[in-house]
Amino acid sequence: METYSLLREFADSWMLLVLFVFFVGVVIFVFRPGASKAYENPANIPFRHEDKPAPESARRPEEA
Amino acid sequence: MMNYIKLIVLGLITLFALVAANYARDLAYLVDALIVAAVAGGLFLWVLRRTDEPKVKVDLSGEYMDGVIRAGVIATAFWGVVGFLAGTYIAFQLAFPALNFDWAQGYMNFGRLRPLHTSAVIFAFGGNALIATSFYVVQRTSAARLWGGNLGWFVFWGYNLFIVLAATSYILGGTQSKEYAEPEWYIDLWLTVVWLAYLAVFLGTIVKRREPHIYVANWFFLSFIITVAMLHVVNNLSIPVSIFGSKSVQVFSGVQDAMVQWWYGHNAVGFFLTAGFLGMMYYFVPKQAERPVYSYKLSIIHFWALIFLYIWAGPHHLHYTALPDWASTLGMVFSIILWMPSWGGMINGLMTLSGAWDKLRTDPVIRMMVISIGFYGMSTFEGPMMSIRAVNSLSHYTDWTIGHVHSGALGWNGMITFGALYFLVPKLWNRERLYSLSLVSWHFWLATIGIVLYAASMWVTGVMEGLMWREVDANGFLVNSFADTVAAKFPMYVVRALGGVLFLAGAIIMCYNLWMTVKRSPAVEATNGTVPAE
Repeated sequence: METYSLLREFADSWMLLVLFVFFVGVVIFVFRPGASKAYENPANIPFRHEDKPAPESARRPEEA
Repeated sequence: MMNYIKLIVLGLITLFALVAANYARDLAYLVDALIVAAVAGGLFLWVLRRTDEPKVKVDLSGEYMDGVIRAGVIATAFWGVVGFLAGTYIAFQLAFPALNFDWAQGYMNFGRLRPLHTSAVIFAFGGNALIATSFYVVQRTSAARLWGGNLGWFVFWGYNLFIVLAATSYILGGTQSKEYAEPEWYIDLWLTVVWLAYLAVFLGTIVKRREPHIYVANWFFLSFIITVAMLHVVNNLSIPVSIFGSKSVQVFSGVQDAMVQWWYGHNAVGFFLTAGFLGMMYYFVPKQAERPVYSYKLSIIHFWALIFLYIWAGPHHLHYTALPDWASTLGMVFSIILWMPSWGGMINGLMTLSGAWDKLRTDPVIRMMVISIGFYGMSTFEGPMMSIRAVNSLSHYTDWTIGHVHSGALGWNGMITFGALYFLVPKLWNRERLYSLSLVSWHFWLATIGIVLYAASMWVTGVMEGLMWREVDANGFLVNSFADTVAAKFPMYVVRALGGVLFLAGAIIMCYNLWMTVKRSPAVEATNGTVPAE
């Protein structure tokens, strides 16, 4: 099969499905139970650390 | 040791640039080669004078890298005025062709100055604003110093060298005739290097962040940087005729070339002028309103919807051309679906003020940000409408398109950048407040009235022109010649140019205000850096 036809067929079917499912998945994920509470913290990021970086000790996300 | 390597590299670049200038086949290439030689030679001397000086190691990880942002703010204001001035001048050239002076033919006529204007406002003004604000935002929201040390400075100076090379090349005739991608191959290669460094600095800072979450503004900035890299490389695939000349030949040809160009062109709008500036919106609007963004959920959906949809909208620039119908229909459909994320983003930005609407009365900076979001909503309504094939048959190739672009660029990009500059200057220069809020109000009203004059006159002349072009008499002959439309447009061209004068005047007032803020406003009391804030 020609490269063009092959890629075209793939783009029209599986790739389209993957992208669509991913997008719908994002929307569902965003509205998961407890999301509102979980997003309160990130929404306030601009109001922290305005003048200087967080100290070394406040290192990584998972530990915090 | 590092200095010796730098000296060798800079020396070789200087030497090669001088050789290139000697063999140059055209004026644009010659001048650019001399500029590169001068810059590299100057840097050579600068490094040489510092070689073997004892180095003092200072641990800077406890503070943000703001020097490069200050430079970016100055460059943004400077290029803004240059770009607006060029735009106002070419607007008068269209109204009064005598301004295409005979003595400057081939250098200062409309055809040469037009790309200078578009690149100056989009890439010089907008690009510097994006680099400066993204560096500011990514540091604050990651709670980490900019990654890469002086690489940030390389990005700033390298990007501005790109602008100077492109601008001189346009005036002297170096162009590959692709709208918004005019720079020739050697300038494109340089920009690629600078852009990858930009990506590294931005991504490096995100990787070493001390906030668990990547704030939404950074998502927008990152998508802008990555997508522009991809677009730039693919649209500029070309083979130079000679390594000593600026002329190059595109790899794609015909309708494929046109489609690649507008895939690039529309995503320059979508990712450079939209995603990047939305990054600004999601940081500076909450900061200035002093409340978090209206809905963080909506901002995530806004991001993914915008990313997934924008990339397909390009073909609406090629309705009724050799492009297959299915492709232009695809572009049209995706453009219309784009309404939703765009307006979702607009609502998210505007509603951030809910509960703080009184600030509109008291704070002209937030007024500027709000009107920019308003213009964002307006032009993202107008754009999808114009992408509909039937509407496009009237609007395409007319001044309506130019009006649409300017309500987006002046209204949305310009105003949100002005708002960000008014926010940043007191912070970066450690001042308590701006020098004068009433001057901000003057800027606000001059700019707003300027945009309204611009957009309204272009609607009138665009629709009129479109109707005149398609008017046929009883026998099916066209009624108007092209020159008839040109004559009929004269009054609107004058109004448009006056709108440009008002917008430019507002920008000059801003520069004065920011200058005086740095010079005259009281400084914030110094805080002791060794004592923790908490």
